[in-house]
Amino acid sequence: MSNYDEATLNTNYLTATKGWKSWAFSLDHKRIGLMYLAVVLAAFLAGGIFALLVRTELMSHGPTIVSGPTYNKLFTLHGAIMVFLFIIPSVPGSLGNFILPIQLGAKDVAFPKLNLLSFYIYIFGACLTLMSIAHGSVDTGWTFYTPYSLQDPDAATKVLYMTLGVFVLGFSSILTGLNFLVTIHKLRAPGLTWTRLPLFIWGMYATSIMQVLATPVLAITLLMLVFERVFGLGIFDPKLGGDPILFQHFFWFYSHPAVYIMIVPGMAVVSELFATFSRRVIFGYFAVAMSSLGLALVGFIVWAHHMFTSGMSEFANMLFSALTFLVAIPSGVKVFNWTATLYKGSISFAPPMLYALAFLFLFTIGGLTGLFLGTLNTDIHLHDTYFVVAHFHYVMMGGTVIGFIGGLLYWWPKMTGKMYNFGGATVGAWLTFIGFNVTFLTQFVLGSRGMPRRYYDYLPEFESLHRISTIGSYILASGLVTTACVLIHSLAKGRAAGRNPWGSVALEWKTQTPPVFQNFEETPIVTKGPYDYHLATDDELVEDLYAPNPAE
Amino acid sequence: MSSSSGAAAHDSHGHEHPSYVQHHFTNAVQQFDTAKLGMWVFIATEILMFGGLFVAYLLGKAHEPEVFVAGHHYLNKIMGATNTIVLLFSSLTAALAVRSSQLGKRNETSAWLVITILCACVFLVIKYFEYSHKIEEGLLPGRYFGHPNFDMSAAPGFHEALPARANMFFGLYFMMTGLHGLHVIIGMGILVWVLIRNIRGDFSAEYFTAVDLGALYWHLVDLVWIYLFPLLYLVG
Repeated sequence: MSNYDEATLNTNYLTATKGWKSWAFSLDHKRIGLMYLAVVLAAFLAGGIFALLVRTELMSHGPTIVSGPTYNKLFTLHGAIMVFLFIIPSVPGSLGNFILPIQLGAKDVAFPKLNLLSFYIYIFGACLTLMSIAHGSVDTGWTFYTPYSLQDPDAATKVLYMTLGVFVLGFSSILTGLNFLVTIHKLRAPGLTWTRLPLFIWGMYATSIMQVLATPVLAITLLMLVFERVFGLGIFDPKLGGDPILFQHFFWFYSHPAVYIMIVPGMAVVSELFATFSRRVIFGYFAVAMSSLGLALVGFIVWAHHMFTSGMSEFANMLFSALTFLVAIPSGVKVFNWTATLYKGSISFAPPMLYALAFLFLFTIGGLTGLFLGTLNTDIHLHDTYFVVAHFHYVMMGGTVIGFIGGLLYWWPKMTGKMYNFGGATVGAWLTFIGFNVTFLTQFVLGSRGMPRRYYDYLPEFESLHRISTIGSYILASGLVTTACVLIHSLAKGRAAGRNPWGSVALEWKTQTPPVFQNFEETPIVTKGPYDYHLATDDELVEDLYAPNPAE
Repeated sequence: MSSSSGAAAHDSHGHEHPSYVQHHFTNAVQQFDTAKLGMWVFIATEILMFGGLFVAYLLGKAHEPEVFVAGHHYLNKIMGATNTIVLLFSSLTAALAVRSSQLGKRNETSAWLVITILCACVFLVIKYFEYSHKIEEGLLPGRYFGHPNFDMSAAPGFHEALPARANMFFGLYFMMTGLHGLHVIIGMGILVWVLIRNIRGDFSAEYFTAVDLGALYWHLVDLVWIYLFPLLYLVG
């Protein structure tokens, strides 16, 4: 940035430099964040369409719209795209890239070039993953379990493309995590002590630790899988004397922390929302901050609870079951403290807050049903049923995705400079919430009655519940489409947003809307915490929803 | 654009930035600490990545120790030990390069870097001979073990003396040393880049970040080998 003049550095980042190259090769974290936002939303759309196709197929007993093998490919694509291309990079890549340096009062992330590199690695990995579709598409499920992923000789190329794609995507995730970790340690503004860090930063910090420590294990696992496929090493393939359970251990050693790589950013976002829209300091700030780190720690020692029916020893089963219950502690700390934050708060129901409240409701259901699955004897019954599907959708979709959309609506005016229509956003939020519950509450019932996941067809008695679930998924889709329309409309026709539309005292609202190229004209000096509403002056709390109209 | 060799820039307070300090840093110390922490975190990811292979190794060794003992007799201990000494020595020269760079002795730094790079070359040449012996002997990974696709009449027939599962041992051998070899090549690339920048005069007693980090990475390459050598070559 050193060759930009003072005037450029203090201009709105959207217009400071011009031409497509100023975007494609931008080192500005805000522009990289917006580019990430565009691609992860595209992935969300693709994954969503696959989900709707899966649900439509399950609408009626017997073949409905696609054949069995196609159905296997559809749910694999839905899972792989949603996990690797959408949810994992969603909050860190888009909101994190944009907001994290501003919340720190920094001019950029620690390594701007690595940041851009991580974006292009993501694009490259996404292309490799999508190449597998061109080669006929993978049907292994998103977990690539051996020997499924090894046995079909015709599937060689596409499994290779898919696994190499996910391998490459992992490096994008590692670089983002590394960048954030170092940025948080070294680039905080003067006065921004660890106990004054916004909870969004604490959440991203815990997420980064997991990204940095878990993702390399996925990389080597996928590399071994590729070698197993190409050379027939005999590490994973039981036909060659290998151990398929070893693959599951390796896979979940990454993919269980990955679950927290997905959910902790959602928690990080809603912590901000609860404070801003309750006008209160977060109750138990320190406990909430530490619970993020607690999740990161516990996340590394519970992986084998995905494998209770895989044939591990009794002792390992009991150990991992007992450890799994530890997850409830940091999760509970968060839920109780958010609820306590609401108590006697001055709550407003602006659209982002609706998502925060939905998160609280849905994540609690998702978290509590996790206990059913962590208990050995109930898990034997519920393993690989729709109960599991419903459980992790409550956490992933009801938690992370709802948190992501809430955060997007919260920071949208700061990012784009435009305010959206509250009525439309509220309708979208309600449709999403209702549709989501109709879709997945029924799946808890289906699963507890024994409906296995990933099946193309089912017994006639499950038809009515499946049909309700499918209709719910259409309501959910209509809610998401409504929200998308509201946001797109705001870009085209929305009024210019004010500096601090929500009356928040957090640092990112103290800079212009949209922020200047170097984030703050003067490096801010932080003198109080991000939620110190009790110390705020009346000026700081004014909600300037819209920029002052020059004509008035 | 951040650039290390641009003209001196001003930050918003009008302070003079040395040309090597990027715009988003307050001062050179902050920039150096940031870069160093970044490299340490990166090294942690590397260790976790190799960790997966070590776990696979340990599990295989625990389940089928006889295969590992039988297989390791066919690895060349002399070549392996020579390479260990070469790499250990190169770690020393890399550390000396950092030292001379901190003292601002440019030519000395270049000399130490050249020696380090030459050591890396020696390592790769020896590795090349080791690999070609293995290929000639048919001691190859997985389904290529014993060379089913080639004429084996000239080969010494070692593979017939070994248990069938030795194909897994050699699979791990090639994966672990192969991934390590890839890191040697990447490390060489980094050291060559540091050397070029050193000759160009980018570094001084005040600014030697790249030399320091390049050497740090090189120590990691060395460290991984220190574990690979006994585990693969001396396991019996």
